[in-house]
Amino acid sequence: MATENVLEISKLNVGFATERGMLKALRDVDLSIPVGSIVGVVGESGCGKSTMINAIIGLLAHNARVSSGSIVFEGSDLLQKSERELRDIRGTRISMVFQDPMVSLNPVLSIGTQMIDIQYRDAISKAQKRARSIEMLNRVGIPDPESRLNNYPHQFSGGMRQRIAIAMALQAEPALLIADEPTTALDATLEVQIIHRLRDLQHSMGCSILFISHHLGVIAELCDYVVVMYGGEVVERGTVRDIFHRPAHPYTCKLLECDPARIVETTRSLPTIPGEIPDLANLPRGCIFADRCDRKIDICSEVAPSTSELAGHHWTRCHLAAAEPTA
Amino acid sequence: MSDTTTRLDTTQLPGNWQNFRRALKRVLREPLGALGLTLVVFVLVSAIGADWFSSHEPNKIDIKSKLQPPSAEHILGTDQLGRDIYSRVLVGGQIALKVSLVSIGIALVIGLSLGLIAGFGPRWLDNSLMLLFDSVRSFPTVMFALAVVTLFGPSLNTVMIVVIVTQIPIYGRMVRSQTLALRDAEFILAERALGAGFFRIIGMHMLPNVIGPLLILASMDIPFVITIEAGLSFLGMGVRPPTPSWGTILNDGYSYIYNTPWPVIAGGIPVILTTLGFTFLGESLRDVFDPKLRKEI
Amino acid sequence: MWLYFLKRVLLGILIVVVAVSLLYSMIHMVPGDPVKTILGPRASPELQAQIRDKMGLNDPLPVQIVKFIGRVAQGDLGEDVFKRKSVNTIVFEQLPHTIYLVLAGIGWAMLVGIPLGCLSAIYRYSIIDRIAGILSVSCIAIPTFVVALYSVLLFAVTLKWLPAIGAGDGESLGSYISHLILPAFAVGLGWVGYLARLVRASMLEVMGEAHVRTARAFGLPERTIVFKYVLRLAILPTITLVGMGIGILLSSAVFTEIVFARPGIGRLIYDAVTSRNYPVVMGSVLVTTVLFVISTTIADLVNALVDPRLRPEK
Repeated sequence: MATENVLEISKLNVGFATERGMLKALRDVDLSIPVGSIVGVVGESGCGKSTMINAIIGLLAHNARVSSGSIVFEGSDLLQKSERELRDIRGTRISMVFQDPMVSLNPVLSIGTQMIDIQYRDAISKAQKRARSIEMLNRVGIPDPESRLNNYPHQFSGGMRQRIAIAMALQAEPALLIADEPTTALDATLEVQIIHRLRDLQHSMGCSILFISHHLGVIAELCDYVVVMYGGEVVERGTVRDIFHRPAHPYTCKLLECDPARIVETTRSLPTIPGEIPDLANLPRGCIFADRCDRKIDICSEVAPSTSELAGHHWTRCHLAAAEPTA
Repeated sequence: MSDTTTRLDTTQLPGNWQNFRRALKRVLREPLGALGLTLVVFVLVSAIGADWFSSHEPNKIDIKSKLQPPSAEHILGTDQLGRDIYSRVLVGGQIALKVSLVSIGIALVIGLSLGLIAGFGPRWLDNSLMLLFDSVRSFPTVMFALAVVTLFGPSLNTVMIVVIVTQIPIYGRMVRSQTLALRDAEFILAERALGAGFFRIIGMHMLPNVIGPLLILASMDIPFVITIEAGLSFLGMGVRPPTPSWGTILNDGYSYIYNTPWPVIAGGIPVILTTLGFTFLGESLRDVFDPKLRKEI
Repeated sequence: MWLYFLKRVLLGILIVVVAVSLLYSMIHMVPGDPVKTILGPRASPELQAQIRDKMGLNDPLPVQIVKFIGRVAQGDLGEDVFKRKSVNTIVFEQLPHTIYLVLAGIGWAMLVGIPLGCLSAIYRYSIIDRIAGILSVSCIAIPTFVVALYSVLLFAVTLKWLPAIGAGDGESLGSYISHLILPAFAVGLGWVGYLARLVRASMLEVMGEAHVRTARAFGLPERTIVFKYVLRLAILPTITLVGMGIGILLSSAVFTEIVFARPGIGRLIYDAVTSRNYPVVMGSVLVTTVLFVISTTIADLVNALVDPRLRPEK
């Protein structure tokens, strides 16, 4: 892995101080994003995806405690930066696109105002900022951007709103774009359009993307690498091929099995993974997935597994993998 | 004390005594709640025991000792007719509480019925009732009071009528929204499918849910009602002299404010203590039972 | 958009008509003959008949109401039987004083309450927040007229800083203002509490919304976020509150005017009611109702203007 990483998270541990005790939301999380690549993050609700994102851009809640780890972005550790420095990075070097554009865009300001506002650091004239915004809207495929700049978010369709959000995010040509389930709120056809557009933009701009989703098909289509998270840990990581063709962790296997797109025969009952995610304030002793795992062995409930490298970029955190060295 | 939206935590409603005790403990833990409860208890005790605690006959006139400042004999001084203010204040408290409890009680009953009707009845009825409620609620209370006084003359009953009519919408609204919520709730439909009667549904499902918020509303309401009573009596539209109401004590005192400040001070303190006490208590109750209600002023 | 405006105004007119009709009917249901009440028991039958005719009391009630409304629509509120002055004149002479009082009260309440609420929201859970919270609740709880009485006691009687009675000498603006200070203080104090609480809750709600998160994610400075993004949205409920609270404001005004012996429509109504001066009562209540309806309508409309989401659109 000689290529440089635009973002490298090492051994990140984040907890939330609550009435019930410390909620360990992220444990020993490692994640790296090579320059110019698209890394997908898969996992169900509660796996820690949002916490991870918030940790990256420095918008964790008041009661969050980062106990250890580092988030190195373009050479420096974000966790050591002051609020001021982080603010300089947000929107310029690291941008975000959120899940539901209807609520993530300010409803009482025109999109033009919003797009110009985020350029507040740039010492160019308002007209130039406007022009830049118009150009960006063109690139994402908004027709007649000149006049639509004065419209409000609720006057656009869902797909267009998301494209505006993407335009806003890419306006400053960031090094890293974080997309938090950007297509979950859209229907299938829109989803495809957005994904294609993202891919094109990524190619032309050369930025890296951290793409969160629980839609496996989209991940497969768009991403270069995939990271699987469960209960606050990264349980498997590899290239798209690795994950989809040679899944190693039982959770990953189950996820793939349960993907509705994979169903061959029509059936009334969709497969699910029985059980629930563990209580993050009261972690089990062994592997985080042991309770719901269909392939567990004795050691799984006793000792937490460490990472085993399987091949090149592919590694996982499972006793079964450790028992069968493939290197 | 979270301000983020939370669903109404039905486990917190005083459906049974254990919950109630637990809730009470939580209220006491908040400084405001403890203070409120103390004040309320203080006021209630002094009102109920007014006859025992008084030092003099509240209406006994003694011109020789008029407008005296507080002394050993007259704890809060005397008014312009030499009457002992302290005793008058205590009896005034009795009146204030009687008026509040009775009026709120009646308003509650009527409001409950209307709320149920609005909730279960046809759409047009609901809309009309709501329009009526809103208009009554936002209409200036004093104007309405003046109108009632015009019709019936000033008296304690006048005050009660004003209070009842203006408070009905508050309870009506609350009951109505609960009714609406429950009307379409799944488990209600299930019960009705099983043949459960109207009263059973109301009794078993609505009332437990409604009692908590109603109690909160009522406790927040008491200071408001006491204010109306005191205010109207102050204007001479309520309690008739020589009956002591906090409002009349204040009115009497006001005429002589340049002679001596004590009647005004003495008359105002019970009003302030009572309103603050009940409001603090009500606020804490509201925080404990449903932080979401905080938004409705 | 204009259709909505129209509908709203029509609804307002309807409310006024209904209220007036109700009041008219109520007044004429008073036990006893209104004419005897006005003129006293010793008036001659001829005088009684004359007045009865003049006041149109011989017609059936619905006709009376219609006639009354008709006259009102033409701007004629009737005549004060005692003073032989048109009710219009009387009412509109007194109205400005009340309006100034209300505006001054609400004005200072906003100047203090809104920033207080803002600060409470920004510095949530801090000492400022807690103290502001207790103060707000206290302001709301204590009745206006008690505040008025105590402020007279403190500032006028004891400290002698400010006058307690009346509206000034009628000549200088300074005198008018100095006579306005204490009454405005009394009227506005409760509102400081209402506004502070509302602004705080409203701001916290908006700050928790997704688009604020977006603004932060784009590195916008906190000041821009608070004032441009959050406050604009958070302020909306305040407008509605003030509009809807005009009823409370008018009630407070009445008490305050009486305590301070200030001229104003509150005082006017009170005196008229106690002396059973029906035309004046009718006229003033009517004007008040209209004011009340106008302000709630305006509050609604302003809301619609400021928040594009509320504009009913195709």
